[in-house]
Amino acid sequence: MLETLKKPTVAISVPRPEAQTLAAGPDGRSLRAFLGQVWAIVNKDIRAELRGKEVVSASWVFALLVLVVFNFAFDLEREEMGPAGPGMLWVAILLAGMLGLNHVFAKEREQSCLEGLLLCPVDRSVIYFGKLAGALIFTLALEVAVLPVFAVFTNLPVFTPGPLLVLLLGTVGFVAVGTLFAAIAANAKTREVLLPILLLPVATPVLVSAVNATGLSFDGKPWSELAPWLGILAAFDAIYLVLSPWLFEQVAQELGPE
Amino acid sequence: MRVVAGPWNLSLTGAGSRLHRTLLGATLAIGLLALYMAFVYAPKEATMGHVQRIFYFHVGAAWTALLAFFVVLVGGLAYLRTRDRRWDALALSSAEIGVVFTTITLATGSIWAKPAWGAWWTWDPRVTTTTVLWLIYISYLILRSTIDEPERRARFAAVVGIVGFVDVPIVFLSIRLWRTIHPVLVKSEGFDMAPEMVYALLAALLAYTLLYAYLLLVRTSLERRRLEVEAAKRAIGFY
Repeated sequence: MLETLKKPTVAISVPRPEAQTLAAGPDGRSLRAFLGQVWAIVNKDIRAELRGKEVVSASWVFALLVLVVFNFAFDLEREEMGPAGPGMLWVAILLAGMLGLNHVFAKEREQSCLEGLLLCPVDRSVIYFGKLAGALIFTLALEVAVLPVFAVFTNLPVFTPGPLLVLLLGTVGFVAVGTLFAAIAANAKTREVLLPILLLPVATPVLVSAVNATGLSFDGKPWSELAPWLGILAAFDAIYLVLSPWLFEQVAQELGPE
Repeated sequence: MRVVAGPWNLSLTGAGSRLHRTLLGATLAIGLLALYMAFVYAPKEATMGHVQRIFYFHVGAAWTALLAFFVVLVGGLAYLRTRDRRWDALALSSAEIGVVFTTITLATGSIWAKPAWGAWWTWDPRVTTTTVLWLIYISYLILRSTIDEPERRARFAAVVGIVGFVDVPIVFLSIRLWRTIHPVLVKSEGFDMAPEMVYALLAALLAYTLLYAYLLLVRTSLERRRLEVEAAKRAIGFY
């Protein structure tokens, strides 16, 4: 029984014609085909989310709870918000973001959706980028919803280019690794717990850089002081955006029921 | 019955083999020499006194841990390339030993920090990076324990091992940048080493590396035996 379930996953690992045309060269047509395939997955995920409205709203409430809990835990006065604010914001976003990331592949497990996805005649990196784009859109939507509340709570200048750029770079970084790890975690026994255990240590550079850069821009420091932090964030993003699609291909061959 | 045959023949690397005995002998000999050099040969440090002698064990463990985690990366890459589970056995063994040596690094560092810095723990860049490293490979081992199916476990572990090692330099850079911007309360290792100390350190490094190689050999041959048993069970239709 288990062996027969496993069969399709094995069968589709042979090269498929469409995948080969895609890999043939980065000319305009294949790039457009690639983006079209990615969009099909993103579109599906967005539509599912708009119908269910589960992930973004639940993680938004969770992010608010983290902000409120911080207030109870540290009893922050108004003038203490400056030093504590960036940390509060990033811990809330990282934890709530991981809650959402858990769903990226976990929801595909229902009714064998994952097998369907893996059977698509597309390159495996299409699935990675599709899932990454979907997760990125949900996490950014979560941030857009959290920021106004955070601004009200802390009275900090959130809606300025500095914090927003840091937010974008940091989110791309942890979602890039997070999507890869979500695929792994969704196919292990202790799913929900495993993702934070895997992701948080690896995301240390993102958290350190993002918190410091956000703090500097809240203090009104010039871009030159933010530059080293933005550099680390950009390097993290670049390294894992290159590495993850290849690693996802390796992971994808073992996805699905055991 | 030899089910897993191939270049890594068990009789060559297994317990009781010539390589095994040679390595054990060398580890014991160099280990005793390193102990003598650390405790007797190396001079007493002027400001810190005898406490400084833990430095040889501390640096040796730290170097070995990093080497072990590099081997996890190599084992992971080789597994993804060849799908030969003996590479996965190598990566697993190295990760376990690496976590042990990282723990030794943190513990000896902490014991040294109490008299030298006045606190068991400071969030110094190197301490922080080592702690993150420890957590990354602890999570690697936790991941392995949550997956039963061997191919899946090997593949996922290889991916996490690669992501983890690539992360190490970025972690170190970000934490160092963080600590240079904030005031540094205590500077670590502000002393020049006498030549005898350098020799003692080199002996410690060699001893630790040999110990690592020996433990790796024992642990991988154990893991490979496990693979053989599994394959044998499959051959007789046990599964």
